[in-house]
This record gives sequence, C-alpha cells and structure tokens, in this order.
Amino acid sequence: MAEGSILTDDFLRELMNVGEVDILIGVPTLNDAATVGQVVQCTRAGLLKYFPRQRSVIVNVDGGSRDSTQDLVRAASISDLAQGTNPSALRTLHCISTSHERSTENGMGLHTIVAAADLVRATICGVVSPDSVSIEPEWIERLLRPVSRDNFDMVTPIYRRNKFDGLLVRNLVYPMTRALYCKPVREPHPADFAFSGRLASFFLEQDIWSQPAIQNGAETYFVISAITGGFRLTQSFLGPRPRVDHSSGDLVQALRQSVGVLFWALGKNFPVCPTNSATETTTATGAEAELSMEHVRVNRKRLHQMFVHGLEELNPVLYSILSSATLAELNQAATAAEDSFRYSDDLWVRTVYEFAAAYHQEVISPDHIIQALAPLYRGKTYTFLVENRDSSAVDVEKNVENLCLTFERLKPYLLEIWNGRK
Amino acid sequence: MWDLIVMELTRATREIVASTAHFLPRLLEMLIIVVAGWIIAYLLRYILRSILRLIRFDKISEHAGAAQLLNKAALPVPSELLSRFAFWLAWLGFILIGIGVLDIVGMQQHIYDFFSFLPRLVAGLFLLFVGLLGASFFSRAALLAAVNANLPSPRLISSMVRVLIVVFTLSMCFEEIGVAERTVIVAFTLVFGALMLGLAIAFGLGGQELARRYLEKRFVYDNDKKEEQDELSHL
Repeated sequence: MAEGSILTDDFLRELMNVGEVDILIGVPTLNDAATVGQVVQCTRAGLLKYFPRQRSVIVNVDGGSRDSTQDLVRAASISDLAQGTNPSALRTLHCISTSHERSTENGMGLHTIVAAADLVRATICGVVSPDSVSIEPEWIERLLRPVSRDNFDMVTPIYRRNKFDGLLVRNLVYPMTRALYCKPVREPHPADFAFSGRLASFFLEQDIWSQPAIQNGAETYFVISAITGGFRLTQSFLGPRPRVDHSSGDLVQALRQSVGVLFWALGKNFPVCPTNSATETTTATGAEAELSMEHVRVNRKRLHQMFVHGLEELNPVLYSILSSATLAELNQAATAAEDSFRYSDDLWVRTVYEFAAAYHQEVISPDHIIQALAPLYRGKTYTFLVENRDSSAVDVEKNVENLCLTFERLKPYLLEIWNGRK
Repeated sequence: MWDLIVMELTRATREIVASTAHFLPRLLEMLIIVVAGWIIAYLLRYILRSILRLIRFDKISEHAGAAQLLNKAALPVPSELLSRFAFWLAWLGFILIGIGVLDIVGMQQHIYDFFSFLPRLVAGLFLLFVGLLGASFFSRAALLAAVNANLPSPRLISSMVRVLIVVFTLSMCFEEIGVAERTVIVAFTLVFGALMLGLAIAFGLGGQELARRYLEKRFVYDNDKKEEQDELSHL
C-alpha cells in the first residue's frame, strides 16, 4: 500500500494502538512551539464537546522542528489526562505525534495525515493549521459537521479577514479557480479544512505525491481535485483569521504554494469547464465573506518601485513568457508616475493567463516562471491597495467580483494560447 | 636511341595503366564507403533526432535557456543541432576511412590522429554544451532571486554568474580537448584571481559603507526592522 512507504514503523505502531476511529484531525507543524499547544487544546475541546460519541485521534505530523513543538503536543495530551477524563467524553481521545526529516514542505505532512486517515479508516478528517491561534472549539464543529451530518466530502473555511489580507488569494487564486473550475471557493488554499474518508482514499490513490508542486502546496490541489472529481464541496464560516507574521520575502514561497499548484493542476485537466458555462454556487454555512477594516502598515512606494525595477530587470525573462503585446503594455504602464500608475484588471488577467500557458508549455523552468510573476503581482497589489484605500467592505467585494468576471470573460483567451504560441 | 625512348614510354604507360588499374578499385571502394557512410550517418541522425525528441530534449534545453541562446545565434533547435553534428561527425569519419583505403602516403597517421582525437572532441563539446546550459540556467536563477530580494544590480549579479560558469566551462573544455592546456589554465587563474581581487578591493574600499550596512543588517539585530516590514499577508 502507498502509505507503507510514508508511515514510519513507530508511527504505524502508534496508529495500530489507536485502532479504527471515526474522526482524525491532522496538525502539520514546523517550529510552531509558540502556538501549537493552544491549537491542540482547542481541537481537543472541540472534539470532546461536539463529538463525544465518536472515536477520535489528533495526529501531529512534524516537519523536523528544532523547537519544542512535538513536546508541547504530547504535553497537551498528557495535561488533559492528568486533569481527568472529560465527563462528556464517551470515548478515548488519542493524541499522537510523528516527525519526518525528509522534507520541510507541507506536502509530506498532508500525505502522512491522509495515509494515516486511510489506515485507521477515519470517515471524517480534518486539518488544523498551527497558525490558527484564534481557533475556538466551535471551529471543529463547523468544519466537521457538514461531513458527518450532511455527507459533504470537503469543507473549506471562510474567515473574517482584513480587507488587505490574503491579496494573492483575492487577486489571483480565488478568481482564477472560480473562472476555470466554475466553482466559487473563497479559500482555495485553505489553512483549516475537513474532508470525508472517501475523499482521503481518493487523494491517497493519486500518483501526485512526489511532484514538487504538491510538496509545496497540497491543500490547493485537494480543493481542485475535489471539484474536478465531482465531490460534494461546501464552505463554512469559522471566524477571524489571525494575521501570520509574513515578511515580503515569503512572497515567492506563497506563489509556489498556491499559484504554482494551480498552474500545475491546470495541466492535468484542461479545459476544466466549458467557456460559456456559468459559475455554479458553492453552499456556505454562516457568512459568505467578512472583511474587517483595521489599518494595515504597507509601504506602497516600495511596492511600486519593486514592480518597476523588477519589470525592467526581468524583461529578457518575461519576453519568453509573455506575448509581445502584453509585455509592451506592461512596459508602457511602468513608465507612468507612481500616483497615476494602475495595473488594469484586463491586463492583469491576460498576464496571469499567459503565465499559466507558459507554465504548461514549459517555455522555461516552471519554478522560474513562478518566480518571475512576483514583481508583476507586486504591481497588481499596489493597484489594489490604492484603489481600495478608502473603500468599504462592500466596495472591496464589488471590485473582487469585477476581477472574477474579467477572469471569466477572458477564459477564451486562455484556451486560445494554451497549446499554441502567443 | 629512338627504340630506347619508345621502350621507356611504353614502360611508363604500362606503369600508369597498372597504377590506374590498381587505383581504380580503391577509388571505387572509397566511393562505396563514402556513400554507405552517408546512408549510415543519415540513419544515425534520424535515430538520434527521434530519441532526443522522445526524451523531450528541446524542452529540457528550453528550461535551461539553451534554446533561447541558439535562437539568438540563428541556430536550429538543440535536438536538430545535435543530430546534425552527429551526422557530420559520422560522415567525416567514413570519408576519412575511405581516404585511408586509397593508401596515400602520410595520410594514415593523420587519420589515426583524427580518430584518437574524436572521443576527446565529443567529450569537450558535451562539457561545453552542459556548461552553457548551466550558465544560462543559473544566471537566470540568480537574476530572479536578486530581483525578488530587491538587491541592487541584479543583471550584474546574473552576468557575473554566467561569466564565471562560462570561463570555468571553457577551461574544462580546452583541457579535455588538449588545446593550449597551460595557457588556458594560466589565463583562467589570472582572470579568476583578478576578478576576485577586484571585487574584494571594490567592496572593501569603494563600498565601505555598503559593506558596513550589509554586515550590520546581516548580523546585528535591527530594532527598526519590524517597522520596515509590511503587514501584508499574501495567502
């Protein structure tokens, strides 16, 4: 079996001690000592409170932390035992931990979780991010209930986020996924999500796990795979998503995790849905989207400067990726003064589609294509920040919706350039 | 006297006829070898091109940037170029074998030298090809990394990476072929040494402030660092 190669002997032994379960919650970690204790405690509380009759296990898969992440997970488990069994719990709640040194990327962690779920025959599976410090026990109920009660195969989250948070998702991953797969999923790169045992087996059977794109961001592929596989998908509002302290240096990694996987997945099943087909609706429990308006510190001038500088320096590389018309338009736009610079939706969508086609045609190394997108994304981010500086939540949503419609309108352009050259 | 002249002329004519009779079959043999060599070389070219296309060699070369290099030099795609090279190499070999059959005095040694040089030439060209691919790939990787890290002069960094790899590749290639080994090694040592010394002097003297700022940024905790960072989260 596929999991035989990924699960260590010690971990297999622990899983066999646990036996068959109904619910498996995976917590992939890497140097998350500051937050993992709280996340595991809340997950346990949620399981004991809302699923007391189910046999459950929390599986921590650590990517080789150098802090005390694994100790904290085990301590969280022991502290609960020391306090005595929860009176409402009718079953033993297990908490086990394993680690792998083979990769620091999250793909290995998710592969282990899916393999473990398949082995213990869990019918309901969940993944909780160690960064989700605002987690409450109710999150577990909101994520798992649609699978256990309504027979959904996948539940993706909806968070309350700042209007300037998750800009890569809002400006590229969400609209492009929605346009190409005809399914609106607000968080196509989910941090916390749930899926059925049936879907876990489906993921495990696929020959994808050694792919570099999957090693970087398996979550996005899970969502796309659930859509293309015809599985039942829903969304659930969880609450506020904490802001993870990302420096701008993480942009390339974020692009690899989300856009890289999206582009790679397109190559596997293209065209994904007919050009003229309307976007379906995805059911959602709770609010469909919530934006908060707190001030966010951003150096817009630097963003613009990095866009102009990056475009100028990368012109020879972009020449092999973009059509000459698009590149000329970008170069023209970059000559505008900072105050009057705008990266239009139309130009942005054509840029993204040409990058996707270049990735498919492998005009240069796929990873170089993803890296070359970073300066252009900065230009789009600058425009988004300027256009939505004083916008209300409704206006921001309207702008995102307009971008989604542009992605849908220009879908024939992607079909046109997909196999042929620009 | 006249009889002697006639006898000598007759003997010379007989020798020419005998030599021609002796030479003609060899010429025919040479022509057969050359024609058969052309057919074999053509087949080799066809097979090699098919194999290279099967393993998507052009795509691999495109990834590394070789296709763009060849395109700039108005050369065909890498699979075509390599198969043409193999064709000419094989045919040239057969032509030389054919010339060897003619038994021309002094040619045998040259033909032997050519065939003993051939493996080194192929190895040298292979090294050159791989080196140029590597130079193109790593210089682009350096350019992208420098741009995304907002470093100054990314193209200069990229060019330096390319030049270093190309110089290193050329020195290896010449050493393999055996052309002016000592000159090339000395030239490489001088170029590399001068480059490093120049950079050290430029960085140490011309860029004192830059060096200090870089080292401070790298090794001393900057209290203002947090304030410089954007609060944007991309995902």
